[in-house]
Amino acid sequence: MAEYEFPSNLRYSTEDEWTRTESGRVTIGVTDYAQSQLGDIVFVELPEVGRSVEKGEPFGVIESVKAVSDLYAPISGEIVEVNTDLAERPEVVNEDCYGDGWMIVIEPEEDAEVEALLDADAYREHLRSRKE
Amino acid sequence: MSTLRETPLAQTHRALGARMVEFGGFLMPVQYTSILAEHAAVRERAGLFDVSHMGEIFLAGPDAIAAAERLVTCPVASLAVGAVRYGCLCNDQGGTVDDVTVYRLTETSLFFCVNASNVEKDFSWICEHAGDPAGVRVENRSARFGLIALQGPLAEGVLQRLTDLSLAGLRRFRFQHGKVAGQSVLVSRTGYTGADGFELYLEDGDVVALWNALLAAGSPLGLQPAGLGARDTLRLEAALPLYGHELDDDTSPLEAGLDRFVKLEQGGFIGCDAIRARRARGHTRALAGFILEDPGVARAGHPIVYDGREVGSVTSGAPSPTLGKSIGLAWVPPLLAARGTLLAVRVRGRDLRAHVVETPFVPKMDRGARAQA
Repeated sequence: MAEYEFPSNLRYSTEDEWTRTESGRVTIGVTDYAQSQLGDIVFVELPEVGRSVEKGEPFGVIESVKAVSDLYAPISGEIVEVNTDLAERPEVVNEDCYGDGWMIVIEPEEDAEVEALLDADAYREHLRSRKE
Repeated sequence: MSTLRETPLAQTHRALGARMVEFGGFLMPVQYTSILAEHAAVRERAGLFDVSHMGEIFLAGPDAIAAAERLVTCPVASLAVGAVRYGCLCNDQGGTVDDVTVYRLTETSLFFCVNASNVEKDFSWICEHAGDPAGVRVENRSARFGLIALQGPLAEGVLQRLTDLSLAGLRRFRFQHGKVAGQSVLVSRTGYTGADGFELYLEDGDVVALWNALLAAGSPLGLQPAGLGARDTLRLEAALPLYGHELDDDTSPLEAGLDRFVKLEQGGFIGCDAIRARRARGHTRALAGFILEDPGVARAGHPIVYDGREVGSVTSGAPSPTLGKSIGLAWVPPLLAARGTLLAVRVRGRDLRAHVVETPFVPKMDRGARAQA
């Protein structure tokens, strides 16, 4: 797991997504581990602004050359922003998964749901045990 | 559950950081760095593929050529020593047992290069139909042979550094025996990528040394190892069939558009009558190449939709790195296989617009000999 980057200011889900809370809103993307496992990303299917999602519900799809994966909402809430740049350049997810590769912003229903997510160390530990 | 087999290069692949997957009963590299980068390397410079999992079945004896002539859809008696042809082994129903290349070694011997997933099946089939062993010996030498494919516009330049064989004089679909990096190799100007390139057959024990020599000679020119992921996107751009997708035991080579490789007039091969009869009755489907217009990726199994109805299905689909669009091959009703037909591919319940194109999707690259000044 040492070769992957998991910034300490983010929180993580067991579905390999990260969250960043800013001014009460939560930005979401996929982790360095996820983008590496998927390989070259060629297509990202994202929902419309305004849609509500439940924690654990699939909100979109990410496709690499060989694989198709669902994207799961790590928290419940309303989608207030969607990264439309990924339609033109899905490879940004590989290049900068924590920055320009962000996918959606959610207005959370409950702040407690973010607290329940894993911190960087716990996520790294989770990946180690998943590999075994 | 049987254990996966490995090629002689398995350790080498791991040391190069390859991600390994199961294919045809073997553990093979799907990518080393990125499928898109490896694909681009082959289109722009050169890529190196381990395809040692493929099989080699030898026929020898006074009746070997006649036996092969009956087994395969391409002409064999007229195949010159030192030449290669592509064809199909067909069954009595006109379906395809496997697609193969046929190498004429001598007046009385040849070998078939066969798909990894079909080695045992093809060997049984050939043994069953080759005729009296007194006239033809059939040997499965797949375990003894390795196979490395060197593909791309710079392939000749890389390979020439390692051999005294005059590669400029070696035309497409021809082969020669010679020394490459000190190893005895059958050098064939063939490939599965639509690019110029070579397939190098040699003894299992020599494969690692040849691979390393090729990388050492070629890396300064931009040669990269390339995995099965790139191999698939490359062959799809060239619209080359993959057994199990475009071809199977029920599919006539004519349905798959392989008319050029079937000696229908000459006849005299297993499945010929059935292939003719099926053509006379009218095929109920045709293979069409398509490009997606809407964003997304078409993949094998996705339904083809026309006029709101599902009328066929995708056999192979992927992003085309060269075109920057998603492409695919699909079974469609013959009338819809015409260039320009507007269709849809149903992906996760949504109908993505597509149109039929002539194939190959990417024009075949210059063959080495013709490119010489």
